[in-house]
Amino acid sequence: MKKLISSLLGLILMALSLSANAQTDVPMADGLRSEGKIYVVVAIILIVLAGLITYLFLMDRKVKKLEDLLADKNHSTK
Amino acid sequence: MKTWLKILAIVLLFYVHIGGLLMDVPRLNILNETIRALYFHVPMWFGMVTLFLISVVYSVLYLVNPSVALDRKAVEFANVGLVFGILGMLTGMLWANYAWGSFWHGDPKQNGAAIALLVYLAYFILRGSVENEEQKARLSAVYNIFAFAAMIPLIFIIPRLTSSLHPGSGGNPGFNMYDLDNRMRMVFYPAVIGWILIGIWVTTLRVRMRGIEDKIHDLEDEKTH
Repeated sequence: MKKLISSLLGLILMALSLSANAQTDVPMADGLRSEGKIYVVVAIILIVLAGLITYLFLMDRKVKKLEDLLADKNHSTK
Repeated sequence: MKTWLKILAIVLLFYVHIGGLLMDVPRLNILNETIRALYFHVPMWFGMVTLFLISVVYSVLYLVNPSVALDRKAVEFANVGLVFGILGMLTGMLWANYAWGSFWHGDPKQNGAAIALLVYLAYFILRGSVENEEQKARLSAVYNIFAFAAMIPLIFIIPRLTSSLHPGSGGNPGFNMYDLDNRMRMVFYPAVIGWILIGIWVTTLRVRMRGIEDKIHDLEDEKTH
C-alpha cells in the first residue's frame, strides 16, 4: 500500500515537473527580464507617454487661453 | 472634461504600460511575448467603437434638435475615433506579421475593420463636398447613422459567422482564449478605460478648437457686413 502511494505520488510529481518543463519550453523574454535591462525599455516608453500627456495638458491650456482671448475680443467689440 | 478623469486616464495608462510590459502573461507558442500586444492593440478598437458610438448619439441628437454645437461634437468624436481605428489597424498588421505570418491575411475581421474605416473616411469626404453648413451637418448626421449601422456587423457579427484568425470567432463571443487568465484582464480593462478617456479628452480639445474657429469666422462675418 505504502509502495503504491509513493509510486502514485512519484507519478504525479513527474507529471507536474513535465508540465512545468513544457511551460518553460515556450520561449519568452525571461533573459531580458533578469539581465537584459527590460526596465530601461519600460522607462523609455514611460518617458514618451509622459511627454505626450504633458503635451496634451499644454494644448489644453493653449485652447483655454484662445477661448479667453476670443471672449475678451468679443466684449471689446460689442 | 473633468480634471479627475484626466488624472485617472494618466494613472491607468502608466499602470498599463508598466504592468503590460512587466507582469506575467500566459506562455503560449507562436504568440510568445507578443501576447502583450493585446494590451495595446485591442484598446485602440474599443476606443474607436466607443468614440463612434458617442458620435452617432450626437448625430441623432442633432437630427432631433439641430444645433452647431451638436454637429461639432459628432464630427470630432468620429474624427478621433478614426485615428484610433487607424492605430488599431497598424498595430494589428504589425502583430499579424509575427503571429500569423504576413501583414495582410484577408482575415474576416481585418477586412471588416478596413471596410468600416473606409465607410467612416467617406463620412469626411461627404462633409468636405457640401458647401452649405446646415445641409452638411444634416446629411452627415444621417450618413453617420448608416456608417455606425454598417460598422457593427462588419466588426462584430460577420467575423463571428466565419472562421477567423482573431480570437472569439466562429461563434465564440469575446476573449475565450484568455478567459482562464484573469491576470491579463487586470491590465486589459484598465487599458481600455484609459485609452477611451484619452480619446474623449483629445476630442473635447478638438471640439473647443472648432468652436474657436467658428467664433472667429462669425467675427469676420460681422466685420464685413
